[in-house]
Amino acid sequence: MKSLICIVCPIGCHIEVDEENDYRVTGNKCPRGAVYGKKELTAPTRVVTSTIKISGGIHNRVPVKTSSDIPKELNFKCMDLINKLEVKSPVKMGDIVSKNIFDTGVDIIITRNM
Amino acid sequence: MKYELVVLGGGPAGLAAGIEAKKNGIKNILIIERDNELGGILQQCIHNGFGLHEFKEELTGPEYAQRFIDQMAEKGIEYKLDTMVLDVSKEKKIQAINSIDGYMEIEAEAIVLAMGCRERTRGAIAIPGDRPSGIFTAGTAQRFVNMEGYMVGKKVIILGSGDIGLIMARRMTLEGAKVEAVVELMPYSGGLTRNIVQCLEDYDIPLLLSHTVTDVKGDGRLERVTVAKVDENRKPIPGTEVNYDVDTLLLSVGLIPENDLSRNAGIIMDRRTSGPIVNESMETSIEGIFACGNVVHVHDLVDFVSAESRRAGINAAKYIKNEIKRNEKFIEIDGTNGISYTVPQKFRKENIDKGLEVFMRVKEVFKDVKLEVRSGEEVLMSLKKPHLAPGEMEKIMIPKVFMEKIKTNKIEITIAR
Repeated sequence: MKSLICIVCPIGCHIEVDEENDYRVTGNKCPRGAVYGKKELTAPTRVVTSTIKISGGIHNRVPVKTSSDIPKELNFKCMDLINKLEVKSPVKMGDIVSKNIFDTGVDIIITRNM
Repeated sequence: MKYELVVLGGGPAGLAAGIEAKKNGIKNILIIERDNELGGILQQCIHNGFGLHEFKEELTGPEYAQRFIDQMAEKGIEYKLDTMVLDVSKEKKIQAINSIDGYMEIEAEAIVLAMGCRERTRGAIAIPGDRPSGIFTAGTAQRFVNMEGYMVGKKVIILGSGDIGLIMARRMTLEGAKVEAVVELMPYSGGLTRNIVQCLEDYDIPLLLSHTVTDVKGDGRLERVTVAKVDENRKPIPGTEVNYDVDTLLLSVGLIPENDLSRNAGIIMDRRTSGPIVNESMETSIEGIFACGNVVHVHDLVDFVSAESRRAGINAAKYIKNEIKRNEKFIEIDGTNGISYTVPQKFRKENIDKGLEVFMRVKEVFKDVKLEVRSGEEVLMSLKKPHLAPGEMEKIMIPKVFMEKIKTNKIEITIAR
């Protein structure tokens, strides 16, 4: 049994994962907690959010994120990739600035209009 | 200038209130914002985790803001940016200024206060030592890094484990800084547990509970921060000092509702929340002046700000249409035995449709307790709570059917074993 705090949403359920019993999760308030508990112990993933350079916008940086969660160990590689990206205003929320990063099927997308 | 409704603040609270008033039949609305864009602090909160209640999906701060900004544009609600409100009177006259219109006097039938909050600074917690550069409030550093593109430092100590401090620990790490530790005076964190997991544990950043900063050294730029353990009275224990050679100290030591305008207007304040006392309609002590969001009490989740602000918007619309009932006497809500405050602080049954949502915070960490609503000796509601913490706002819904049982002019919300 391993105790975890579910990070799927801000409620932060205190959950127990039974590694010997097909990663059965208890203490979760919603089904997403069960999925999280198993994944966190087998293949943890995170959404990475950051900013990239923009020219001609009202700010110097525009925020971006991975369109879905990626394996946790790719966090810093993902940051290296993000740090090389640059765009020109105007951009729209949802615009893809890098496709299929590290063959994960996940894109880097802009998260606001600017 | 005359408007039916003027909303002060174009952050999440002001946007939700304005949109909701418009949906409820108010045509002539003005939102006043002092920044150069709408969305408020959400625009610098580029991390995800917003919108799970509101949109049933996980959004970043700017995405959450964009959805409300789009709705506002769709509804054609008027707004003024780069505009500073100087004064609000109890007659609902607003004085404001910007560089296009100059000085303005605006008359409103109703006002919604949605000015949000500010960060506590080094001065507020009296950190001793030198006064070098390199000491920032966490939110200011967040704006520098996320919007303006300035990295604020390379080696960092963060004082305070509130959510902004935790989020900035991860953000600075991802941008290449070394965060030596997050230092927390209390024996528990002031932030959401999920943030401790995904911002600190993911990056092996130590969280030093029951510790504080006792000295700051630096000539020009910050060079050294001294951290010491504290005893149960939060006094530093001599001999436990550890020095960290860092160039940056971020402060995440609390938020204070920004109520200079409310106080000047003569609105009655609650010492516990530092915000206006509000009733079931989110109306302040001045009829027709409503308040919502972080100006009333500091929230953890923007989703709850939006929900609360819609109530302010609906009720401001009702006020303009003369639909708020004022026949009954107020029933006070008294938070006792570990409850530090409730919002609203009082209510009238006659204005409640299905039930009353009450927000509250607890004073310390509680495990396996019951949250009870009592009227005199009678227990109206009892809810099991396995885990209550000061960093996590609680909310309960008191259904209308229970309200009929209230015979006293006061109900009590309390913690029972």
